Amino acid sequence: MEFSLVEIKPGQTGVISDIRGGSALKTKLNQLGLREGKRIKKISSVFNRGPVTISVDNYQVAVGYGKAIRIMVEVDELEKASPGRES
Amino acid sequence: MRKLVLAGNPNVGKSVVFSQLTGSKVMISNYAGTTVEFTKGLLTTESESFEVLDAPGTYSLEPTSKVEEVASTLVDQADIVINVVDATNLERNLFLTTELLERDVPLIVALNMIDEAGHKGVKIDVKKLEELLGVPVIPTVAVSGEGLKELIDYLPEAVNRKNKPLNIPDRWAYIGELVGKVQEVVHRHHSWLETLQDASLRPSTGLPIAALVLFIAFQLVIGLGEFLHEFMEDYIFEGFYETLLLYLSEALGSGGFLHDILIGQLVDGAIDFEESLGVLTTGVFVELGVVLPFLAVFYMVLGFLEDSGYLPRLAVMVDRSMHRLGLHGYSIIPMVLGFGCNVPAALAARNLESRRERFIACTLMSVAIPCMAQLALIVGLVGRHGFEYLAVVFASLFFIWVVLGLIIDRVMPGYTPSMIIEIPPYRIPSIKAQAKKLGMRIRGFLVHATPYILGGILVVNILYTLGIIHFLGVLFAPAVQGLLGLPGDAVSTLLIGFLRKDVAVAMMIPLGLDARQLVIGAVVLAAYFPCAATFTVLVKEMGVVDMAKSAVIMIVTAFSAGFILNLLLDTLIPAAYLAAALIALSLILPMVLGSTSDRRELSDLDETA
Ligand SMILES: Nc1nc2c(ncn2[C@@H]2O[C@H](COP(=O)(O)OP(=O)(O)OP(=O)(O)O)[C@@H](O)[C@H]2O)c(=O)[nH]1
Ligand SMILES: [Mg+2]
Repeated sequence: MEFSLVEIKPGQTGVISDIRGGSALKTKLNQLGLREGKRIKKISSVFNRGPVTISVDNYQVAVGYGKAIRIMVEVDELEKASPGRES
Repeated sequence: MRKLVLAGNPNVGKSVVFSQLTGSKVMISNYAGTTVEFTKGLLTTESESFEVLDAPGTYSLEPTSKVEEVASTLVDQADIVINVVDATNLERNLFLTTELLERDVPLIVALNMIDEAGHKGVKIDVKKLEELLGVPVIPTVAVSGEGLKELIDYLPEAVNRKNKPLNIPDRWAYIGELVGKVQEVVHRHHSWLETLQDASLRPSTGLPIAALVLFIAFQLVIGLGEFLHEFMEDYIFEGFYETLLLYLSEALGSGGFLHDILIGQLVDGAIDFEESLGVLTTGVFVELGVVLPFLAVFYMVLGFLEDSGYLPRLAVMVDRSMHRLGLHGYSIIPMVLGFGCNVPAALAARNLESRRERFIACTLMSVAIPCMAQLALIVGLVGRHGFEYLAVVFASLFFIWVVLGLIIDRVMPGYTPSMIIEIPPYRIPSIKAQAKKLGMRIRGFLVHATPYILGGILVVNILYTLGIIHFLGVLFAPAVQGLLGLPGDAVSTLLIGFLRKDVAVAMMIPLGLDARQLVIGAVVLAAYFPCAATFTVLVKEMGVVDMAKSAVIMIVTAFSAGFILNLLLDTLIPAAYLAAALIALSLILPMVLGSTSDRRELSDLDETA
């Protein structure tokens, strides 16, 4: 199942499946190494539309809400994949 | 002389390599976007001299912000490029490397942070990487200097590959394949630093940590700063230095033009460091006895925050709130820097992507963030009348910061895109690096501030002697008195404020103001206009038109705030209550009003980065 970075729970891992934004957003994310097929782990999110932090390889990136809802992730374990909001 | 440019992703250690190669001192901190301007230095090897340029960090040669533009332009001008690569994040770093390999310029790679890579279980086959890239790759640990000699030795071997340009997907595919061949990752357990790292990002633990960090920082600066200030005053100024000056005063005949300029007016035959207004008495006292102690402690605390890697985490915690003011979390960095000095803060705003954000950040920063020099005097002067008055000053500025942000975000067209920032790992700050940075900042203060502070006192002296201050005082009395409730002569402080804020605050001392007048004076002085040094940088950063708009906002804000304080403070509402009310309002208003910028971003489907 595909969920946005905002929807998945901290601790969940998955693979970026889609970036639903303009080409500028795609380019920017791409330069940072965030691209389709990349494995990520969500670390945290701040409530009330705060940023989401993920770890990719050996680094961490904080993504603001407006961008995070456009990054879709194919989550690893299906049973845990029900959309959750908070940490 | 050939130009050697240091290019690389943000926060990979370019500036450390630069200072090791050239011996020049530059700012080094553990967050992306420390270097925003290029710095030049000189490297002389056995065979050749190079002009070395430290560039800002960039993820790609297709720039997405002002700082990245600087980096990309520098690469265009380079005769040779050292690509500093973070070995712990080889894959991401190679994106820029492959772009550089397509340029018509000789390249050499410094595979930096090889020590951290070891700790993180990342093993890289350097020989193979070298072979596959086709340029020399030298493993380095910039902070200890390891590998830098080899880097210099191999400079002549840099290779110009001029590879065929790839599109983004092909580039990543190529990199993926390459990394697979040279890198091996062994899984390691979380270190305690990494556990703390995650804890400071989760709101349940991160928000209390943020509050604690800010509280400790504030207490340290105010408490330790005050302690050092009193120490200087009691043991150095009122002891040894005063005796010295009294000799000088006598030697100058206890009066006359030169005496008045250097020593100023004696109060009951003695020197009053606050009121004598001589260049060597009040001038030196303000600079070394008041500002320096607070500034030193502030920079000590800031240095720790910068080098530990905490600031970007603070940015994550405050992102939500900053959006309400039309900014995103990362603009907390210019704000924090602004408490030291507004000049580097205005420069740091370059890291923000849009012109809108830079306008808002620069305006809010210059209106509501008083620099440490100014704060030191405010703390000394207003604090005397009780902490509640000091609290009103802080609360008013906080309130102005919030309300102004809310208004500009609503009125200004467009929106502020949400942030996307790299969070660096926590690093334990090295004492040596901290001491070096502190020394550099204090030296910077002494060099840049001395002419302004001493010159400011000199100008005040001359203006007083010529009767100009009094003339202006009478002229502006209706405005200053009617609006702000300050005596006409307070115009002198506003005049000097254009030059230098700490001297301006000090100018309130001889006016004999009461507590509420001091509060009003301090708030108006902080907000109404930037000092000369900041103004120059702001014009350069924002352009004349935006600066003019910003200036109108500043002046209107400052005088309205002064007027309102004059109406309310102590007349209708006691200081402590007013401070509490202002803080409560500043916290509640953004929650009630929400963010326009956010709605605009979410409805913009084709979001530009
Ligand atoms: N452990 C380790 N830390 C390093 C090394 N090189 C640099 N650092 C640290 O990495 C951080 C970033 O260093 P800078 O030199 O400021 O990085 P930069 O590439 O100039 O960063 P920007 O100017 O922001 O692009 C600092 O905290 C350094 O102390 C290294 O080889 N090993
Ligand atoms: Mg740098």
